[in-house]
Amino acid sequence: MRPTALTALSLSISLLIAAPFAIAATPTTLGQDDVAWLKRDGFGLDTAAVAQYRALGRKALLEKQLDNRIADTLPAPVEAQIASYESFHTPLQQLLTSIQQEQELIKAMPNGPEKDAANKALQTHANQLGQESQQAEMLHAIYGPNQLKEQLVWFWLNHFSIYAGKGRIRWELADYEQNAIRPHALGKFRDLVMATLESPAMLEFLDNAQNAKGHVNENYARELMELHTLGVNSGYTQQDVQQLALILTGVGIAPTNGKPEKFNPKIAPQVVKNGLFEFNPQRHDFSNKVLLGKTIKGSGFDEVEQAVDLIVQQPACAQFVSRKLAEYFVSDNPSPALIAKMAHTFHRTDGDIAQVVRVMFESKDLLANAGKKFKDPTQFVVSSVRLAYDGTPIVNAQPLVGWLNQLDQPLFGRITPDGWPLDNESWSSSGQMAKRFDIARAIGTGNNQLFTPVGSDARGAGFPMLTTRLYYDAIEPNLSQATRGALAKATSQQEWNTFLLSSPDLNYR
Amino acid sequence: MKRREFLLAAAGAAALPALSFSGRLFAAPPNSPRFLFVFLRGGYDCNNFLVPYSSDFYYESRPTIAIAKPDNNNPNTTIPLDANWGINPVLRDSIYPLWQKKQVAFIPFAGTDDLSRSHFETQDSIERGEPLSQGSNFRSGFMARLSSTLTSVPAIAFTNSLPLSFQGAGKDIPNISLKGDTKAHFDERQSSILAGMYKNTSLASAAADGLSLRTTVSMDLQNEMVAASRGAPNASGFAQETQRIATLMRDQYRIGFVDVGGWDTHVNQGNVTGGLANNLRNLGQGLAAYAAALGNEWNNTTVVVVSEFGRTFRENGDHGTDHGHGTVHWVLGGKVNGGRIAGEQVAVNQQNLLQNRDYKVLNNYRDVYSGLLGRIWGLNNSQLQTIFPQAKPRDLQLV
Repeated sequence: MRPTALTALSLSISLLIAAPFAIAATPTTLGQDDVAWLKRDGFGLDTAAVAQYRALGRKALLEKQLDNRIADTLPAPVEAQIASYESFHTPLQQLLTSIQQEQELIKAMPNGPEKDAANKALQTHANQLGQESQQAEMLHAIYGPNQLKEQLVWFWLNHFSIYAGKGRIRWELADYEQNAIRPHALGKFRDLVMATLESPAMLEFLDNAQNAKGHVNENYARELMELHTLGVNSGYTQQDVQQLALILTGVGIAPTNGKPEKFNPKIAPQVVKNGLFEFNPQRHDFSNKVLLGKTIKGSGFDEVEQAVDLIVQQPACAQFVSRKLAEYFVSDNPSPALIAKMAHTFHRTDGDIAQVVRVMFESKDLLANAGKKFKDPTQFVVSSVRLAYDGTPIVNAQPLVGWLNQLDQPLFGRITPDGWPLDNESWSSSGQMAKRFDIARAIGTGNNQLFTPVGSDARGAGFPMLTTRLYYDAIEPNLSQATRGALAKATSQQEWNTFLLSSPDLNYR
Repeated sequence: MKRREFLLAAAGAAALPALSFSGRLFAAPPNSPRFLFVFLRGGYDCNNFLVPYSSDFYYESRPTIAIAKPDNNNPNTTIPLDANWGINPVLRDSIYPLWQKKQVAFIPFAGTDDLSRSHFETQDSIERGEPLSQGSNFRSGFMARLSSTLTSVPAIAFTNSLPLSFQGAGKDIPNISLKGDTKAHFDERQSSILAGMYKNTSLASAAADGLSLRTTVSMDLQNEMVAASRGAPNASGFAQETQRIATLMRDQYRIGFVDVGGWDTHVNQGNVTGGLANNLRNLGQGLAAYAAALGNEWNNTTVVVVSEFGRTFRENGDHGTDHGHGTVHWVLGGKVNGGRIAGEQVAVNQQNLLQNRDYKVLNNYRDVYSGLLGRIWGLNNSQLQTIFPQAKPRDLQLV
């Protein structure tokens, strides 16, 4: 079962066939500026991205991406791969009900090897589901045609970071990805906050599912302000945290034991449900609260809506979110002028993410910092696979997940709720550099399992051919002397690929 | 610094056919102190490691998971260390011999002021080593500050990325995980070509250091395999990792960090068998292998074993334990003033539990380790204040 499209020879031919579309539109080489812009617009170059850029031009491409008019369609085999994942075709309610039943069965078992084995099987199953979500996100990042949106999806998954290792979260990640983050990645920031607030994964990760009148848990209230919206030291007080925690009492997850819930008829109209999200008025503290200087009357779930409105309208929120976006897309130290402009737009447009991102992509700062942002592990792995395999569907996404583990940036693997850092320094220790070269080698030589179906021991598909038209059009003209010198010393195509993927030119963007 | 300059020069001279990346050329002076920080992540259950066997309360609190009182006729009982304390018998062949040689001390009731009982908050606060009230600098660890204070003492982390302990040193502290594949995938020609591409970038030393470290480690491992064929025990898991660490700490590095996960035992943790016992055996074998592999240099070595917190004194409904507070730290080394239970203590009974739940912290790690580091390197008070701000160094005469 050797996918013939991946032998070096036929891959280069297929690229040449794809190329005329690009040739017809504009001159063969892209300007330095165009390439620099594309490197920020997407996870990395491939033939399709360059063709899309040539066909539409920068302005129209940006418009279409921000208006969400480029569909999320993946190549059919990749789409089928994700659809085959259990946690992507099973409703969350069903998943959680089955795990609850399984846990109850295990609990009732006497201690001994059988119980241990059952526990272990449950954990293995959970790990599988967790990996499905990691894989699905990587497949979207590599194959998603709207690359700007794909980057934002990753950015928000990281901003509203969830740790897979806690409780039932591995079961809930697919739902989090698909229903909380992706639909709102380009929308209003407020909607994104509300979607995460109502997501079982977030409610469990930051313990708000336990937050009830008389048993207040402040964890989520604090992180909601500190990490998700306002930033640390932005002026809110411990008092505000306590008040927000009270507002959030009763915000939780519907029972998953499969039995219908009974509420006191007097209080039943106050119940709010949305999928598995449930606001339970019986667990809510109905006192009046004062948050950020404003009184919020005890009224039930409406308090939460009011509180989130109030928080996202704070100037600190516009500032904090704009700064973080600029740190990811533009520079470790984005200029105060750019942040101010983005924050102003955030405020003016009621937190319209697409508008804020537009300001950033139309600013001079974006290209003024070209070549100075060190790719984080996700950007490095995704961009390398995009370039090396250029749209050809891989059949096994597990190596991608493994590489991110080795580089210490697994998605949903950050224990602390602050998400992975976005600066150069966090990803460039000597050990990480050496690992990165190893992974460049695994991709460049084809010594990886990307084309080996899971469970098969078939050999991979050979090495990719990186000296393509895409390379000569978009990469080669801008290479540094040092990289050219290194490539000239390569003694094989595999080694040449490895040097190219390891080079500063492909590790900075 | 010399090593760095050489590597940069090597990277610059990439055109030369054969360049030595061998780290042995830059070995640190022999007979100089070594310090290894072993972090048990997950909050290990110290009470099934250092067993307070004279406490009836211990046996009442742990009806299914307690470790039986010492009994010479039963190998699966506590090995007594003194009249009150004993260790888990899974450590009979690894740590107990070191105890008999007086090369290991245990500090019960050790830990931090952090009462969150949250893994990550407490791990972070320990690695930062700052007073709790001053927790805003998330990128400065006490090992980094130690390394900056001791300017010419080479440091290394045996982890995939730089742990918080070592962040903020203002210089490159190399890191490499010795757990799995440590093979160098590049020969010297390829290494110098790769490093050469980064020559004029800010990552020049990181790229060169990373590659050279791989080469050195790979070479050392070949030697290790030769040694193994001459009858050295066939180590597995952590012991294999620590033997690799020992090689590097013997020749090149003087300050090291390694972490060991898997200590969060909420369910069926067991006593002399089960998950915790396996972890402890593995840890003990690893530390004993480390001591053995260092040879004479074990006399210049201090190892501390720390976990973010201990666990609930009583077992929970699932035959496990939940997050607690005070724990037992270990201090090992050839010249450690060991064979004793060190630091301030109280009787193990219900009245002395913190919040009727877990061990109090009577020996704050910041105070204890500033005292210890002060003795190892003869540091003055202002240096110690840089490493552990506002700590009150306590000299438990551990070395």
